[in-house]
Amino acid sequence: MIDKQTGLWIYNKMHEIRDFEETAWTLFTENKLRGSVHLYTGEEAIAASICAQLTDEDLIASTHRGHGHCIAKGAELGRALAELMGKATGYCKGRSGSMHIADFSKGNLGANAIVGGGIPIATGGALALKMQNKPNVAVAFFGDGASNQGTFHESLNLAAVWKLPCIYVVEHNQYGMTVPSWQSTSVPDLAVRSAAYGIPGETVDGNDVAAVYQAFARAKERALKGEGPSLLECKTYRWRGHWTGDPEVYRSREKVEEWKTQRDPIRRFRDYLLVHGLSTEEELDKIEKAAAEKMEAAVEFAINSPEPDPAHVLDDVFYEG
Amino acid sequence: MMTYAQAIRHVIQQEMRRDPRVFVMGEDVEKHGSVFGTTRDLYKEFGPDRIRNTPISESAFVGAALGAACAGMRPIAELMYWDFAFVCADQIFNQMAKTRYVFGGNAKIPMVLRSQQGTGRGNAATHSQSLESIFMHIPGLKVACPSAPADAAGLLRTAIRDDNPVCFFEHKMLYTTQADVPEDPDFCVPFGKASIRREGADVTIVANLYYVSQALEAAEALAREGISAEVIDPRTLVPFDYDTIAESVKKTGRLVVVHEAHQNNGWGAQVVSQICQMAFPYLDAAPVHLGAKACPLPFNPALEAAVIPSVSEIVAACKAACYVS
Ligand SMILES: Cc1ncc(C[n+]2csc(CCOP(=O)(O)OP(=O)(O)O)c2C)c(N)n1
Ligand SMILES: [Mg+2]
Repeated sequence: MIDKQTGLWIYNKMHEIRDFEETAWTLFTENKLRGSVHLYTGEEAIAASICAQLTDEDLIASTHRGHGHCIAKGAELGRALAELMGKATGYCKGRSGSMHIADFSKGNLGANAIVGGGIPIATGGALALKMQNKPNVAVAFFGDGASNQGTFHESLNLAAVWKLPCIYVVEHNQYGMTVPSWQSTSVPDLAVRSAAYGIPGETVDGNDVAAVYQAFARAKERALKGEGPSLLECKTYRWRGHWTGDPEVYRSREKVEEWKTQRDPIRRFRDYLLVHGLSTEEELDKIEKAAAEKMEAAVEFAINSPEPDPAHVLDDVFYEG
Repeated sequence: MMTYAQAIRHVIQQEMRRDPRVFVMGEDVEKHGSVFGTTRDLYKEFGPDRIRNTPISESAFVGAALGAACAGMRPIAELMYWDFAFVCADQIFNQMAKTRYVFGGNAKIPMVLRSQQGTGRGNAATHSQSLESIFMHIPGLKVACPSAPADAAGLLRTAIRDDNPVCFFEHKMLYTTQADVPEDPDFCVPFGKASIRREGADVTIVANLYYVSQALEAAEALAREGISAEVIDPRTLVPFDYDTIAESVKKTGRLVVVHEAHQNNGWGAQVVSQICQMAFPYLDAAPVHLGAKACPLPFNPALEAAVIPSVSEIVAACKAACYVS
C-alpha cells in the first residue's frame, strides 16, 4: 500500500515528467530544440513509481527515452532542459542532448542512445554495490525492443549467476521504433524470458502506479536479501511518435486516443489517491499547478542559459586530475 | 534527376528484380521504408520476405546476412547508423571479413552491409561518428563511400553484384542531394577508380562523402584567390586508387587530404604515407591531413562544428601548402 507522502511524491513526479515532455515537444516544433528527442509521455507511472523507492545511493541506467527516468531520479527540470537545448548549464555541458543525459551525483548512470547499451552498465552498478556491501540496488530501464539484444540476455544470465542486486525493468510500449513487437519479439509477455535465467519475472500494468510500485517493492526486497535479480515487465504505451518527427504510419490514431482517454496513468493515479482517501482534489490541483510553474521557470532558465564555449571542446576526454 | 536516397532505392529495386537471391534486411526497412527512405514502398513490390524487418538484434541479423550469403543468397543488410556496427563488431570484423580467407577460399560472401554516418543532424556521440577508417584496417572488407547520386547508384550496383563483403558508407547529409543518374540498368561504377571532381593545377585535395562538397567549396574560394585546386574523390577506400592521386600530385606538387573521420589514425594518414612513397620527388610542400578532433562528437551544434574540419580550414591548409598567406 502506498502511503500519502509517497503517493503525492509520485503524483508530482508524473506531472513534472509530463510537463517536461510536452514542453520539449512544443520547443521541438518551434525549432528551439534539435536532434533525436524521444518522449516518455504516457509511460510516467513506471519511472515515478520505481524511483519513489530509490535513494541517491541506488543506481539506474536508462535509455534513449530517458527524460522520465532522469527526472524521477532527481534531476532539476531546468538543467535537464538546458541539456536538451545544448546549453552550458545542462547536466552534460551541452554535449549530450536528449540521448546521453546523466547525473551521477543522483545515482543516474545515464541515458543511452544505443538500444540495449545500458543493461550491462546497470548490471555492473549492481556488481559494485554488492562488492561494496551496500544496502542498495541497481535498476536497468529498457524497452521491449532492447530485450532482443544480446546484452539483455547476457546481463540477465550474469546477474543471476552472481546473484546481483539488479532489477531489470522492461517498459513494454509495444513498439520498437516503427516495428510492432508481435513482428520482432518471440513472446507477447517478456516476463517469461526470466525463466530462461532462473529468476523471477512478473508482468504488470505499467500504467497502474500501485501495481508497478508493489511489484518493484518485491523485486527490491529480494535483491536486498541477496537473492539476486528480477525481471519486471511493465505494459504501457507511448502517446507520442517514436521520435518527435515520426509520421506514425504504423499505428492508428484511434489506438493512441484509446490509450490517452482510457488508460492515462496520471488520471488513474489521481483517482486512486482520491478513492483511497490519500488526497483531495484541491491538494492535487495545487501539486499540478506547482509542477507547471516549475516547468515555466525551467524553460526560462534553459532559454536564458549560455551556449558552451567551443574552446573547451577537448576537455574531459580523459581525467586530468 | 534523382536524390542520393532515391538512387539507392532505385538500384536496390532493380537488382531485386534482376536476381531473386537479393534481399534486404534491417530495422524499420519494411513499412517505414528505412529512416532515410532508401527502401520506401519496396515491401509493396517484394513483400516482407525480401524486405525484411528485423528485431533490434544487430549481431543476429548481420551474422545472419553472412550465413545466408555463404548459403547462396545475396543479402543487403542495413544498419540504421554505422555507429551500431560496434554492437555487432564480432560478426563484421571476425566473421564477415575473415570467412573466405580462413576457410581457404571455400566461401563466397556476396553481401552488402549498408548504413549511413556523420554529423549534421545533432545526433551526438553515438549517432554521428565517421567510421570508415576502422573498416579499412581489417583485411577482407571492401569499402565504398559515394559522395553523389550517380556514384551511389553505380557503386551500390557493383557492391550487390560483387561476390565479396562490401561495407557501403552513406552520409546522412547527402540523402537529399540531387543529380542525374544514368538510366542504364547495368550502370556500374568500378571499385578502385577515383573520380576527379574538379581539375586544377596548384594543389590536390582528396576527400570523401560529405567532405567532397566541402572540398569543392574550398576550391571555389581558392579560385577566387588565384589558386587552382584539383578535387579527387576516391569513391572506394578498399580497393584504393592511389595512382590517380599520385598522378595528380605529380602535377600539383601539393596534397591536402580531408575527411570527417577522426584525424588521428584516419585513412588520410594512409594516403599521405602512400603518396610520399609514390611521388616524393614531386612534392613541393609537406602533405596535410585534416580530420575531426580527438574527442567524441558533441551534441551542441557549435561544439560539433568546432570538432570537424571547416571549409576555411581546408582553404587555409591549401594556401599554406602553396606558401600563400
Ligand atoms: C543498437 C541500436 N540499434 C538501433 C537503434 C535505433 N533505435 C533507437 S530507439 C529504437 C527502438 C527501441 O525500441 P524499444 O527498446 O522498445 O524502446 P522504445 O523506443 O519503445 O521506448 C531503435 C531501433 C539504436 N539506437 N541502437
Ligand atoms: Mg518499445
